[in-house]
Amino acid sequence: MTYIPISPKERDEMLQAVGVKSLDDLFEAIPARVRFPKLNLPPALTEMEAASLLDELASANENVRSDLVSFLGAGMYNHYIPAVVDHILRRGEFYTAYTPYQPEISQGTLQAIFEYQSLMAALTGMELSNASHYDGATAAAEAVNMAFANFRGKRRKVVLSASIHPQYREVIRTYTQGIDLTVTGDDSAADLQASPEALIPQIDSNTALVLVQYPDFFGRVFDYTRLIEAAHAQGAWVCVIANPTALALLKTPGAMGADIVVGEGQPLGIPLWYGGPSLGFFTTKKQYVHKMAGRLVGETVDTRGQKGYVLTLTAREQHIKREKATSNICSNQGLMALASAVYLSVVGKSGLKQVANLCYQKAHYAASELSKLPGVGLCFSQPFFHEFALCLPKPAEEINAHLLEHGILGGYDLGQEYPSLKNHLLVAVTEMNTKEEIDMLVEVLKEALDE
Amino acid sequence: MSNTPSTLKYAKSDEWFDPASGKVGLSDYAQGQLSDIVFVEITVSVGDTVSAGQAIASVESVKAASDVYSPVSGKVVAVNEALADAPESINSDPYGAAWFIQVEGGKDAGLMDAGAYDADCAARAH
Repeated sequence: MTYIPISPKERDEMLQAVGVKSLDDLFEAIPARVRFPKLNLPPALTEMEAASLLDELASANENVRSDLVSFLGAGMYNHYIPAVVDHILRRGEFYTAYTPYQPEISQGTLQAIFEYQSLMAALTGMELSNASHYDGATAAAEAVNMAFANFRGKRRKVVLSASIHPQYREVIRTYTQGIDLTVTGDDSAADLQASPEALIPQIDSNTALVLVQYPDFFGRVFDYTRLIEAAHAQGAWVCVIANPTALALLKTPGAMGADIVVGEGQPLGIPLWYGGPSLGFFTTKKQYVHKMAGRLVGETVDTRGQKGYVLTLTAREQHIKREKATSNICSNQGLMALASAVYLSVVGKSGLKQVANLCYQKAHYAASELSKLPGVGLCFSQPFFHEFALCLPKPAEEINAHLLEHGILGGYDLGQEYPSLKNHLLVAVTEMNTKEEIDMLVEVLKEALDE
Repeated sequence: MSNTPSTLKYAKSDEWFDPASGKVGLSDYAQGQLSDIVFVEITVSVGDTVSAGQAIASVESVKAASDVYSPVSGKVVAVNEALADAPESINSDPYGAAWFIQVEGGKDAGLMDAGAYDADCAARAH
């Protein structure tokens, strides 16, 4: 059977309508020499041979489930994922990344999105959530777009804290390079020890948005209430980039007065799988619903009085707003959002709190043990959640190489992005790390220092 | 049949302009086509200079989202701040409570009178 539904007759009619003789005429604009380039491919393999080759290639990978003990975080975290998450994810009814284009016919998908939105709004302390973005970094960039569009180009400055994930700051700059917008606040001379209030002098009447991270890139926890008040006094919005696991324990950004809360949803039931796919969550206040990118699913009753779900709002999307759309994101991470919704439903409110508490306690045990080593200390004195910056007497790169030889995936080498933090390692500890593993890390790190 | 007051001038894009007051709004015919309006955002501020054909607002109904264009050129001297909280007034009172902006020295570049506008709307219906 053919998967192309048009008949030769219909094809000819279409060609005639656009005024060309054959299908090939449509590709005239492409030089003939690049139309069918000769590909340097090996001879075809049978399925059995291909499967064996792929297995062989895949066995070169090392993963945190069976091969390595991981203390690497820096934005992606190794958490336990209940088996039911994967089971529901792989059901045929859900197994697509997209929300359907005739959405109301897919009540199950809409209900899943509705539950996801409700859970994310509750977790962040905000009033509503969209149906997700690609990842935390693009969600943060969308917050910038939304604020810029809200002030209709009359405010052309965005203030970033230097302790936001360096890659998020890069993505924000990539997203906004086409508009005349000043992105400032995070130059390499910024004092990383300073409190969030140090950003206040940079916020003025030209500032559309202030962005901070919670906990910040170094794992530190700050109350941003005063910063948010100061930004609001200047008429600017504030976006908090939050770790969703931490929110189970900490004061919500909503309670601090944040206008937008975004973040990486990966810690909620999504594996690390070498960098993606992941999930960007985006929550905001009800009064800004018409400014928010993406879609919003609502619960209603049908003409027979039965509960049903509808696509309530897609106002900012391209197919509605055309060139006036403030976001190019029509798609979302539907399947990943489902994973998070299932994860949160399965672990529940107290389960998530327990996960967060385990992370916190284990990270503090690790920090306390590691900082007892000669020449090793904590870089920052502020409270932290499940990640901390460790100051070492040797280059972090050397330490990491030694750890890897012992099957330990070490921390993130902070010197890569922060010139002032050479010899600093960002160490993450989650509920997945046992006390024995932490003790082993201390032991092997001590060995590396003695070398 | 839509209500088309004869004291006003009309743009092909369905906005009205009151030469006496300088106010600008959306015609009764337009609100009927859009159906229930649920959101309105005026995108210009007092003090801005607008030119005829420039987008000054966006409205969203249960059926569609569309832009509202200024029918005249001039300086914005007032914006109807109350409109955002009562978008349904565009449906119920398009020539009264639901004015969008007030333009000073509004220059009308070929707007239609009520008769011509009615004829234009009638032609579009076919």
